[in-house]
Amino acid sequence: MTVNGTVQTVETWPMMRLLDVLREDLRLTGTKEGCGEGECGACSVMMNGKLVNSCLVPALQAEGAEITTIEGIAGGERLHAVQQAFLDCGGAQCGICTPGMVMAAVSLLQRIPAPTEEDVRNGLAGNLCRCTGYLRIFESVLRACRRGGIHA
Amino acid sequence: MRSFIPSYEMRTPKSLAEALELLAANPGAWRPFAGGTDLMVLLEAGKLDHRRFLNIWNLPVLRGITVVADFVTLGALTTYTEVLAQEVFEREFPLLTAAARITGGIATQNRGTIGGNVVNASPAADTPPALLVYEAELELISQRGSRWLPYHEFHVGYRQTRLQPDELLARIRLRRRTSRWSQYYRKVGTRRAQAISKVCLAALLDRKTGEARVAVGSVAPVPLRCFRTERAILDRSDPLPVLAQEMAPIDDMRSTAAYRTRVAQNLLRDFLDGR
Repeated sequence: MTVNGTVQTVETWPMMRLLDVLREDLRLTGTKEGCGEGECGACSVMMNGKLVNSCLVPALQAEGAEITTIEGIAGGERLHAVQQAFLDCGGAQCGICTPGMVMAAVSLLQRIPAPTEEDVRNGLAGNLCRCTGYLRIFESVLRACRRGGIHA
Repeated sequence: MRSFIPSYEMRTPKSLAEALELLAANPGAWRPFAGGTDLMVLLEAGKLDHRRFLNIWNLPVLRGITVVADFVTLGALTTYTEVLAQEVFEREFPLLTAAARITGGIATQNRGTIGGNVVNASPAADTPPALLVYEAELELISQRGSRWLPYHEFHVGYRQTRLQPDELLARIRLRRRTSRWSQYYRKVGTRRAQAISKVCLAALLDRKTGEARVAVGSVAPVPLRCFRTERAILDRSDPLPVLAQEMAPIDDMRSTAAYRTRVAQNLLRDFLDGR
């Protein structure tokens, strides 16, 4: 599979979770494990351009796929507009949900470049946060798109 | 406790023919695995008893949506996201769209399939009540051939279906005749997104004739089409007591039987009052 633009070969069991392959085999620990059952979104990554919960993807189904993780979102040293907005608006507190929130937000802005707050709420409905109360997260996403920065 | 991952086998058949051959060679040995949004949860919880799975996710013949004069047909692997992207559902089958929209978050909608939702056979699933009121038909295929089954005959008991061990659900077909009917879909859960339903009711009503269709989730061992309630609506007698009789709800971790009965009746009344 291709992870963040680099071809990676991993030998693992077919039902091993993509989440474990990323974290343990490839040491990409930015992707977090929250619930392990598709409820919390902390493990969100993009697979072939679509947002997925990596805890629910068996390794065999990721064979040959293009994966983007949180480590592949920034452009080198320059943060993605969504990441910068999370910093500016206080959208991150403890940080466990943040990588998944950013992935879901980036995916949302790819589909809907100028979302309403309702779109943001729907786009992030699969991501749970226990710290922020969500408002600053929604604000971060809205600010990121006001800057027009989906390719930033 | 987590499952022991090396004890699970998964194979990717290269064609539908190969998949059917594997299913037929040793019936029951292999089970289809689509988007994994149900099965991987069981795996993580250590409750996935079956050990050998056929990865059918990449079989293109099980994908795609076709629209012809009388029917809209969905490949079994149609995802919720694909349903939401097709205008014909919003226009003619809005209850299926509503069900797709409230199923999980975006990540689940990208991976979960309508066929998987049907075959997984949870009485609490979100799309079955909508498919039941649209009188969906299922195409089940095997090396022996293909057969079409009315969806309301598919579920025969708790998590039991008429799908034979050598069969795959290939397509789901909806007849295009109810787009002008009044339509209602409401799922009641703990919160709006990401919650398994306590009660889920789908209903259709042809105002001209009084013909109605009612189906309810999470209130019986199977997703339930309520034929007697429909008859009561047609006959202009009170359908609410009939609905209560038709249901067989239980007390469980998500709700109580009494609450489920009351809420299902309220939802039906809400729909009928709003007509």
